[in-house]
Amino acid sequence: MAIMINGAAVAPPKDARVSLLDLLRERLHLTGTKVGCNQGACGACTVLVDGERVLSCLTLAVQVDGREVTTIEGLGSESEPHPLQTAFIEHDGFQCGYCTPGQICAASAMLREIELGLPSYVTLDLTARASVSREEIRERMSGNLCRCGAHNGIVDAILQVARERVA
Amino acid sequence: MNPVSYVRAGSFEDAAGILSGDTTARMLGGGTNLIDLMRKGIEQPTRLVDISMVSSSIESSPAGGLMIGASARNSAVAAHPIVREHYPMLARAVLAGASAQVRNMATVGGNLMQRTRCLYFQDAAGSRCNKRAPGTGCDAIGGFNRYHAVLGASPECIASHPSDMCVAMAALDAVVHVAGSDGARTIALVDFHRLPGDRPDWETMLTPGEVIVAVELPAPTLARSAYRKVRDRASYAFALVSVAAGVTMREDRIDDVRIAFGGLAAKPWRAFRAEAALRGGPATPEAFVAAAAVELADAIPLPGNAFKINLATRTLAAVLAQLAGDDR
Repeated sequence: MAIMINGAAVAPPKDARVSLLDLLRERLHLTGTKVGCNQGACGACTVLVDGERVLSCLTLAVQVDGREVTTIEGLGSESEPHPLQTAFIEHDGFQCGYCTPGQICAASAMLREIELGLPSYVTLDLTARASVSREEIRERMSGNLCRCGAHNGIVDAILQVARERVA
Repeated sequence: MNPVSYVRAGSFEDAAGILSGDTTARMLGGGTNLIDLMRKGIEQPTRLVDISMVSSSIESSPAGGLMIGASARNSAVAAHPIVREHYPMLARAVLAGASAQVRNMATVGGNLMQRTRCLYFQDAAGSRCNKRAPGTGCDAIGGFNRYHAVLGASPECIASHPSDMCVAMAALDAVVHVAGSDGARTIALVDFHRLPGDRPDWETMLTPGEVIVAVELPAPTLARSAYRKVRDRASYAFALVSVAAGVTMREDRIDDVRIAFGGLAAKPWRAFRAEAALRGGPATPEAFVAAAAVELADAIPLPGNAFKINLATRTLAAVLAQLAGDDR
């Protein structure tokens, strides 16, 4: 089998200890995905597996054998940025930029979760379609920390794209 | 991290077979707790048996309840239409736990099997811990114990169980289905986790070689239910106190009530004594506070967590008032 990473087949590592994060950065040199806490607390390493956001630091690469991984490199490019990337620039959704790839990967999956009508902890009616609000975005993005404190710009950027998509 | 082999199990029975023959093997679900503890050197398996793809089905049971495969992701439980409509306290509890990324990874079986843990347990280099290294002492007692247990703790260990999902499942009378080399059996979720006693390293009633297959929810019986989590930051933090509760009213009396607390003990704490105090009685603030007092009578607070007695009382009273009141 193979891991499909941004559309390219990659052989799983022979050593089962290699995390998906280390496979991406150290072996494939896809350094867009960042190492933050390396213990599941910060979200900087967020990537998509079969379209769902996960933490690559707590995922062993062998666990995603046969599945599709999308990193920030596969989400957009300089010539064709993802709408979230454009919105982050417009709204100053970062300062140092270290958490940004994780924020954008997480936000792209979060938009899909909202489109699917999935509730969050702050959704009042669990059976109804969730609204697109600051409160909802803040709760849904709580797994991604920004130590520069750019959260207001981050929420503004995501809110703009979410309203364009879902409304 | 020590060298480790990896294999995907074809069935829970196969996984149980491997586990019963090799005490250094560990079942791997989403890995959100196990991989972290392996990296810290606290868990040192030589063999990982991946059971995260065995059975993730969530289906209605013949008894009118819901059978949730052990490999089902936490996020899939919270997203399921039947859970959202008929077991709202469970959907809300799952959504209160961890982050969206972690919920996408973590399995239901793994949520039950995550270690009961505190920061001292995780600090292998700097702290004594009877759970990590039996007989060495506990630095949490006399240390920073804001997050620790006030019910059911022992002189050996005061760690609290971190799960939100299990608290709702305890209130819902969920049943854990397990497979093992001696065959299949069921364990009530309220009996699944152990209190620390003098063996804080022994956290569940599973015997060596047993594997969780599914969690079964009985048919929904409570008219209204809720889950409320109180924590130091608004999201992505463990509970200081949480309450899962369901109420059915008959006129102005409490006909049926189920309550479980999170954040107070080494296991999800089903409040049977509070339920008995409330059943058949009036739904008044005084009754709610009195019921909490009955349940918390044996609590042993420490300097860092004594506030949990009041916090649990007030959180329970607020949730019950919401459930028994007219406003939805």
